[in-house]
Amino acid sequence: MIVFVIYAIIFVASFFIVKFAVQSATTDYTSLKTVTFGDESAVTPNRIASVISVLTIFLLWGAFTGSKLVPGFLHAPGPFIGDATFTYTAEAGGQQDDATVTVRVFPVGEEVAAPEVDPGDGWAKNDADTIGAWRSGLIRVDRNDELGRDEGHTVVAVNGTPISPGVSVETDFGRVGMSPKGTLNFTPAKGWQMEPIWLPPPESVVARMGEIANEGYRDSTLWEHLGYSLFRVIVGFFFGALVGIPLGYAMGLSNWFRGWFDPIVEFMRPVPPLALIPLVIIWAGIGEVGKIILLFLAALWIMAIAARAGVSGVAISKVHAAYSLGASKFQIMRHVIVPNSLPEIFTGARVAMGVCWGTVVAAELVAAEKGAGMMIMVASKFQLTDIVIMGIILIGIIGFGIDILMRMAEKALVPWKGKI
Amino acid sequence: MTHTAGLSIETISMRFDLPNGTSVQALKDVTLNIKEGEIMSVLGPSGCGKTTLLNIIAGFLAPTEGQIVMNGHKVLGPDAERGMVFQQGALFEWMSVRDNVSFGPRMAGKRERDWAENVDHLLDVVGLRDFKEKSVYELSGGMQQRVALARCLANDPDVILMDEPLGALDALTREKMQSLVLKLWKETGKTIILITHSVEEALLLGERLLVMAPRPGRIHKEYRLPFADLGVDQDLREVKKHADFGVKREEILGMIWDMEEEIMGRAEAAS
Ligand SMILES: Nc1ncnc2c1ncn2[C@@H]1O[C@H](COP(=O)(O)OP(=O)(O)O)[C@@H](O)[C@H]1O
Ligand SMILES: [Mg+2]
Repeated sequence: MIVFVIYAIIFVASFFIVKFAVQSATTDYTSLKTVTFGDESAVTPNRIASVISVLTIFLLWGAFTGSKLVPGFLHAPGPFIGDATFTYTAEAGGQQDDATVTVRVFPVGEEVAAPEVDPGDGWAKNDADTIGAWRSGLIRVDRNDELGRDEGHTVVAVNGTPISPGVSVETDFGRVGMSPKGTLNFTPAKGWQMEPIWLPPPESVVARMGEIANEGYRDSTLWEHLGYSLFRVIVGFFFGALVGIPLGYAMGLSNWFRGWFDPIVEFMRPVPPLALIPLVIIWAGIGEVGKIILLFLAALWIMAIAARAGVSGVAISKVHAAYSLGASKFQIMRHVIVPNSLPEIFTGARVAMGVCWGTVVAAELVAAEKGAGMMIMVASKFQLTDIVIMGIILIGIIGFGIDILMRMAEKALVPWKGKI
Repeated sequence: MTHTAGLSIETISMRFDLPNGTSVQALKDVTLNIKEGEIMSVLGPSGCGKTTLLNIIAGFLAPTEGQIVMNGHKVLGPDAERGMVFQQGALFEWMSVRDNVSFGPRMAGKRERDWAENVDHLLDVVGLRDFKEKSVYELSGGMQQRVALARCLANDPDVILMDEPLGALDALTREKMQSLVLKLWKETGKTIILITHSVEEALLLGERLLVMAPRPGRIHKEYRLPFADLGVDQDLREVKKHADFGVKREEILGMIWDMEEEIMGRAEAAS
């Protein structure tokens, strides 16, 4: 919650700061327009905003995980670390006595011993214990007291505040609660930072990436995991296009093909490829063949529909012009219909690649021996959040990279797209 | 009937059956003979069947009755002897200007050395020599229509059919293109049939001018005009100053106005 408030504050504040700082320096065409609100062409992504946006995400990530990459004064308050103390008041055999509890709160993963404390006077003795940060623990204060449970030892107050089962007392160092049986438990203050098992700081994600890139995870290096995913996508897409494009052409050019395949394509189109995963696993298992069949099916309908749209979209005047210039049917196919359909096919290919990439990751989440999805799924079972986050980031980067490559290919191969 | 060189349109009728069970009589008993080398313009309110007539001549549509006979044989489908220039969008964007213009000869399997010279010459004639390696989408609308003209001519058809070829151009470009069409007509001696919406254009570019009437589409009136011949070596603006030009323009405008009004009247009566 607090994160969103800070995010919103950064959003608004940087808007005004950048506006103030940049406004005076720019006079382009857009700044000459008197009306910009509602003029779609006047809206271009503000690159400064993009940079700040990305930096903000990393800043918040770092600040709320206590990252070393973020200066300390920007950190959100961390969990309490150190020696926490509180006093309790115990009652046994009609007598009351006070004693102090010292709890050493340590970062999880370190070995610490309980602090040495003086037992103090009275029949209730001072206690010492250790609890990891972000954890909580039971503290048996009665164990070293002269009057134990047999004498009816009950804790009645903490720091002078009455306590009973189900009631808790806030101290400067954390919350002291009481179990139904009357045992105290102590939860050190957690602060606002995220625990590494929920969200590790950026540097440990980077470190983990270096480790997995070198040593691998689950018998395969990082590049093998990613490479397998990419390989499946490329092979599945390739066969999907290989079958889908001619199928789309046939549907665009022949009544019989259109009639025959329309019900199949129209039915399969709205079926999410993810819904096919169980069936594909039943039929082909979780190996490469199953994955590739799944991706083939994911790409097939998209490519068939794109090719069909490309053929149907050819202006009849182009076909007529080609006929009256003496072209044969085959030549019209080769020189008019196919090139004319390329922009649609590229749009379809971009969509298909995106869908395939999403589908392969999902399929690997379900069942696989290698792959990006399998890597993050297995890591999540062991609470290896850094691997999960690293995997998500890499999957995002690769998906984005695929889209960029497709766009570049489109620009190079169908430069006329959208021009006429 | 003896058929010599030229185009004869023999009692063509065209009826479109619509999916809702009704039908449209787009053309009714259109008969026309066009001599080789003639330039004829066709005018008429929209929906009177001009495009349909041109598509039948081109061979894209088969008439429900009648036939087209060209150079002694019946027209059965599109053919390289009848070239077509469309209003817009019929160029192949994925080819350069030169590839567009040489499309016909290339499809006929001719070798580059057999067509290269002619294509260059045509690009010269239409003033696009410097643009031959450009993509067509980089050209202005007027230049694109010049490519379309050159592409049609490169295929050396006997008849050139044009469906409002200059309709999308601005007034100035349009005037230049009108001169170009006349120049090409005189130089090449092609038979040209040109559909237009503009009465002035029809007067300037028609040795013969056909006014069509709608519902059913038919020939309403035909004129023989001297302006196309005059325009070959005169400035078109001078041609328009002829006393007779103004008279004819008013007469035809009035005629089309009356037809349009009748259509509107019928539409109102029907509703
Ligand atoms: N493919 C078609 N199907 C049904 N009706 C058509 C078709 N083509 C043209 N028509 C009808 O035929 C008539 C003539 O059309 P068209 O030849 O395009 O007229 P023009 O070119 O003179 O404007 C119009 O009423 C039009 O609606
Ligand atoms: Mg028309």
